[in-house]
Amino acid sequence: MVHLAVGRYPLNCMALDRISLSRFRNHEATALDGTRQFNLLVGENGAGKTNVLEALSLLSPGRGLRSARLAEMAGNGGPGGFAIGASLIAGDAEDLIRIGTYTEPDRPNRRLVKVNGASTTAASLGEWLAIGWLTPAMERLFTDSAGARRRFLDRMVLAVEPGHASVAARYEHALRERNRLLAEEARPEAEWLEALEAQMARQGAALMQQRASIISAVGAELALLPDEPFARPSLAYDTQVPFGEEALRDALRVGRPRDRAAARSLTGPHRDDLLVTIAGRGVPAAMGSTGEQKALLIAMSLAHAVLAARGRPGLLLLDEVAAHLDPLRRRTLFNRLRTSGAQVWLTGTEIAPFEHIRAEAAIWRVEGGRVERIS
Amino acid sequence: MASQEIDTLASALARLPGLGPRSARRAVLWLVKRRTGALLQLISALETVRDTLVECDICANVDTQNPCGICADPKRDRHSLCVVEDVADLWALDRARLFTGRYHVLGGKLSALEGVRPEDLNIAALIERVSDRDGDNRVDEVVLAMNATLEGQTTAHYIAERLENLPIRLTQLAHGLPVGGELDYLDEGTLAQALRARRPMAG
Repeated sequence: MVHLAVGRYPLNCMALDRISLSRFRNHEATALDGTRQFNLLVGENGAGKTNVLEALSLLSPGRGLRSARLAEMAGNGGPGGFAIGASLIAGDAEDLIRIGTYTEPDRPNRRLVKVNGASTTAASLGEWLAIGWLTPAMERLFTDSAGARRRFLDRMVLAVEPGHASVAARYEHALRERNRLLAEEARPEAEWLEALEAQMARQGAALMQQRASIISAVGAELALLPDEPFARPSLAYDTQVPFGEEALRDALRVGRPRDRAAARSLTGPHRDDLLVTIAGRGVPAAMGSTGEQKALLIAMSLAHAVLAARGRPGLLLLDEVAAHLDPLRRRTLFNRLRTSGAQVWLTGTEIAPFEHIRAEAAIWRVEGGRVERIS
Repeated sequence: MASQEIDTLASALARLPGLGPRSARRAVLWLVKRRTGALLQLISALETVRDTLVECDICANVDTQNPCGICADPKRDRHSLCVVEDVADLWALDRARLFTGRYHVLGGKLSALEGVRPEDLNIAALIERVSDRDGDNRVDEVVLAMNATLEGQTTAHYIAERLENLPIRLTQLAHGLPVGGELDYLDEGTLAQALRARRPMAG
């Protein structure tokens, strides 16, 4: 084992290497070897840079950074089915773990996973790696709807508490049941509403507890950062309902006439929001400049990535992250990334914005679904 | 290619739960080879069931007698009643032979989204059954054995509300740690439920 120099990563850092993409979107057969802490993919729009990040994101549970359907990901013109593989290396490079995920042509929507040659579930990928990402699509977060921020918040929770998904699904189900009853012409039966509200209160209280604790944990990480030059976000949980199962249940009962008049539930944690302000200035994030908003989002994502990693090897996928940042802030970002210990994958249309890390980064040029190592 | 008749049989079998076209074709071939043995037995068993199958007027169980074997069994505890969603749940519980009382089958679960309302379920009969405080069949305990799904639990809660004012002991199956389960492998929802339902150690 070969192209790995010991000590190129921070101590105790684990990272991915010997990455292969087969028939994945526009990558027919792409191999990335000799990775470093910083890995940069440079190329024109549509070259397939983000496809590499998406492939890496599929080495964690879930649907990857585009939330796309699996069948869409299999390369065109081929027999269907794709494969992504990578080796997880520890500092001494002896301790290799091979992880891979793939689909088969006759079942293009079923994701299969192997770790060291043995089949396992996608969920178990989370035991090996913590992968966080930031894409241009996420940059509208602060000006977007409360629903988008709530989903962002819930994704942050999910990375730390896998059980969040079932709590959220049960809450959502009970909510839809209650909404249906509220919208009916006939006066809904009180006992039925009561039964649904009991379910909503139990799941909703757990949901709120999880949201509040991730906000306070991410907030604590962010509090360690300076206010300059990178705008520092200050997070708050915005909810109209009280904490605790009993209190939430009472609130739902009290809210019944109003909800009945509106024919849907106006009460409950499904209307919560994540409030982000620029620390030190007290300005709402949505009022910040494009660059400031980007800086806030990056800071939140990094703080969350530290939490989510919980000792697991961390991987950060940052798509077009250098755009909109001035040189000083870019340098600050790179320094923070370096000390985070995570393996970082960056994309850009040109190398210039990455001058600060050029010497230490592994750089590939991406063109038409092919990659070429240039540095 | 198979004849029309064999195709008809195969597609009828394919609709059975757990089967499918491939298994159905295999079953047809197997039966065809045993037309004087297993096939005849199957036909006669199906006919018997068709001719004698009834729903129990008391508990809505499915049996060949009415009241069903369980309701008619004098050794069963008449004062203890277990409420289940479907006949399959009744059979599952009774296979274990742990519950010595009688049953009440709701015939489904409440779901506003799927249009299943309280009046579509066997709930009025349940309330009537439990409200009868004078007869020999006075119910002292009602065990709610709904599935641990959202609809199941909503239904259990709804029934509990409706039975609230009756002088009975109302209990529910425990949720949490499965027998033989290891904590390390349980999801957080199950763990939280197990913790919530913890109880004092006996002795």
